Amino acid sequence: MVLKNVFPALIAAAGALCFAGGALAQIKVGVVSSASGPIALVGIPQKNTVALLPKEVAGQKIEYFSLDDASDPTASVSAVKKLINEDKVDALIGPSGSPNAMGVIQFAAEAGVPMFAPVGTAAVVLPMTEQKKWVFKTTQNDDLIANALVDHMKASGIKSVSLIGTADPYGENWAKVMTELLAAANIKLLTSETFQRRDTSVTAQALKTLAARPEAVLIAAPGSSAVLPQTTLFDQGYKGRFYQTHGAALDDFLKLGGKKVEGTILAASGMLVLGDMPASNPIKAIATKYVADYEKLYGSKPATFGANVYDAGLLLQAAVPAALKKGKPGTPEFRAALREAIEHTKELAATQGVYNMTAADHSGFDKRGRELITVKNGQWAALK
Amino acid sequence: MDSQIVLLLGQDGLTSGAIYALLALSIVLVFSVTRVLLVPQGEFVTFGAMAMAGMQAGHSMTLAWLLLGLAGARAAGALRARRRWPGPGDWIMLGYAVALWALLRVLPLQALPMVVQALLTLALVVPMGPLLYDIAFKPIASAHSLVLLIVSIALHGVLVGLSLLMFGAEGARSEPFSDGGLEIGPVVFKSQALWVIAASTLLIGALYVFFDRTLHGKALRATSVNRLGAELMGISPTFAGQLSFGLAAFIGALSGILIAPLTTLYFDSGFLISLKGFVGAVTGGLLSYPIAALGATSVGLVESFSTFWASDYKEVIVFTLILPFLLWRSLTTRHSEEDA
Repeated sequence: MVLKNVFPALIAAAGALCFAGGALAQIKVGVVSSASGPIALVGIPQKNTVALLPKEVAGQKIEYFSLDDASDPTASVSAVKKLINEDKVDALIGPSGSPNAMGVIQFAAEAGVPMFAPVGTAAVVLPMTEQKKWVFKTTQNDDLIANALVDHMKASGIKSVSLIGTADPYGENWAKVMTELLAAANIKLLTSETFQRRDTSVTAQALKTLAARPEAVLIAAPGSSAVLPQTTLFDQGYKGRFYQTHGAALDDFLKLGGKKVEGTILAASGMLVLGDMPASNPIKAIATKYVADYEKLYGSKPATFGANVYDAGLLLQAAVPAALKKGKPGTPEFRAALREAIEHTKELAATQGVYNMTAADHSGFDKRGRELITVKNGQWAALK
Repeated sequence: MDSQIVLLLGQDGLTSGAIYALLALSIVLVFSVTRVLLVPQGEFVTFGAMAMAGMQAGHSMTLAWLLLGLAGARAAGALRARRRWPGPGDWIMLGYAVALWALLRVLPLQALPMVVQALLTLALVVPMGPLLYDIAFKPIASAHSLVLLIVSIALHGVLVGLSLLMFGAEGARSEPFSDGGLEIGPVVFKSQALWVIAASTLLIGALYVFFDRTLHGKALRATSVNRLGAELMGISPTFAGQLSFGLAAFIGALSGILIAPLTTLYFDSGFLISLKGFVGAVTGGLLSYPIAALGATSVGLVESFSTFWASDYKEVIVFTLILPFLLWRSLTTRHSEEDA
C-alpha cells in the first residue's frame, strides 16, 4: 500500500527534475520536507502535496525543487543553502519539523527569500524579528487551538485538568500555553507529565495522572503517538473526559485507538469534518478539492500536514501577480516584493482556514481556522 | 504512592524488562560468537511486529519482497565472489523465499488464527538473520571488530530506511492474544503482559537447554569461548554465525509479536527497544547471559519507576545506568589485546 504511494511520488519528482533542466528560468520554489527519518509521518504527505501545488500563475511557470532532509536539522540547513545558492529559488516551502525550521530562518532571511513554514511551533514567527519577517507560518498557532479547548472546558464546568505531552518542542509549547490559559480560566492544572514519542509504555505517567484525579486530561502529542497515553488511561479505568490537540487530527488516531478514543474532543482545522460543514464555510470547497485531488493521485487521504504545504501554494499563488509588477522572477526585488505581497494577504480562504496576514501576525488565522471535533461511532464529527 | 501503584509499575517494568532481557541475550549471543555488535537487532523486532499487525489489518506483505531480495542478493553474491553458479543452499533459500511469497499472496491472512499468523511471521523474519549474516558479515568475518561494528551500524541504517518504505511512517498495533486479565489482590494483570513474561521465561529456559544439552548449542558456546580452537575441532565458523544470527532474528521477531498488542510501534521503534536490551547486555560485560538478563530486567523496572517520579528525565536515568557498570568493568577486568 505504501509502496503504491511512494513510487508515483518518486516518478513525479524524477519527472519534475527532468523538466527543471529544460525549462526557462521562471519562478522557482524550493521545498524541503522530512520524507524519511523520525518525523516522516509529517514529511511524506508534505512531499506528496508538491505535485498538487499551482504550476502556473499569471502566465509564469512555477518550478518546484523538492529535497528530503531525513528529519535532520543540519540536513535542512544544507538543503536550504543549496536551494538558495545553486537553484536560486524565489521562495521556500518547509522544512517539516519545528527545530529544522528554526535552524534555517537565518539563511532564508540573509538571502532575502520568503519562506513558508508548515510547522507546529509559533516560535518561527513569534516574537517577530527582523529575520522572522521573511517567515510565514501555514499552521494554526497553538494558542488559537488551545483557546478553543479551554473555552470548551469552561463551558462544560471542568475544574481540574492534567496534561500529558511529548518531551519535544510540540509538547513543551503546549504545556507552556496551557499553563497560562488554564490559570486565566481558573482551572487547576494538577499534573503535567511528559513522554517520548517512541515510548512503548506510558503506564507510569498514566498512573501519576490517575492518582491526581483530574476531571479531564489533555494529551499534547504529534501524530499517532497521541494514542498510547489515552488508551493506557482508558485501560486503567479513567472515566473523565479526554482532550486532544490538532496533532492527533489524523485518521490513524481512529484506527489505532478504536473504541477507546470514543468521545475525545479536539480542536483542529475543519478538514476532518468536511461533510458536517455548511456550504457557506469558505474553506469547504478548497479543502474538498485538495482531499479529492490527493486521493486521486495517491489512493489515500492526506494528513493535515500536507494541507499546510498546499496552503503555502495558495498564498504564493495569491501573492505572485502583485510581486511581478515590481520585478522579474530571480531578482532580489521580486523576492522582496513577494514577501511584501504575502504580508498583505487579506481574506484568503485556504484548506486550513482564512488567512489575514499583517506585519505582526505571520500566521494570520482567526477562529475560522479551527473547529471543535469529536469522535462519534469511530468517525470524526463536528461538535455541535 | 500506595501498594497498588507499586504493583502496577512493577508489572509494567517486568513486561518491558522481559523483552529487554530477550534482546540482551540475543545481543550477547551474537557478539560472543561473531564479535558483531548487532545494532540491527531492533529491526527484527520491528519486522515481527509490523508483519503481525500488517496481516491482521489485511495489508499486502511487503516484507516478503525483502526476503526475496535478500535471497536473490545472496545468490548473486555467490555468483560474483566465487565465479561459479550459486550453490544448492542458495537455490533452496531462493525457492523458500518464492514459495513463502506465493503462500502469503494466496492465504487469507486476515482470517487465519493468530497462532498461524505468528508462525508465518516467524517463517518470514527468521531466515533474514542468516541471510543478512551471509551477505554483510561472512565476507568480512575475520576483520577488526571495529569494521564489523561500522558494517552493523550501516546495516541498521539501510534496514530502517527499507522499513519506512515497506511499512510507512504510521504506527501499527496488533490484536491482543487474549482479552481480559488476571486479578491478583487489588491489581488486574493485563493478559498480554502475562503472555510476554511467560513467553520470555519459557524462551530463556529453552535457550538454556539448547546451550547446555544440544550439539549445536555446545558448538556455539565453543565458538564463543575460542573461535580458532572451535574451528580446529571441526565447527564451521560460518555455520555458527548463521545459527547465531538466526537465533537473533527469531528472538527479535518473537519479541515484536509479543509487544505489538501492547503499544503502538513505528518503523523505527525497534532501535530504542534494543538499545535498552544493550544496556542490559553491557551490565553482563557482553559475556554473561544470566547477568545480562538480570540487568535488562532491572532496566525495565528502573525505567518504569523513574518515569513515575520524573518522566522528564527517564531516558537520562536509564542510560546513565550503564556508567557505573562500565566503570566497574574497566576497573576489575584485565585488559588484553584482542586475539582476532
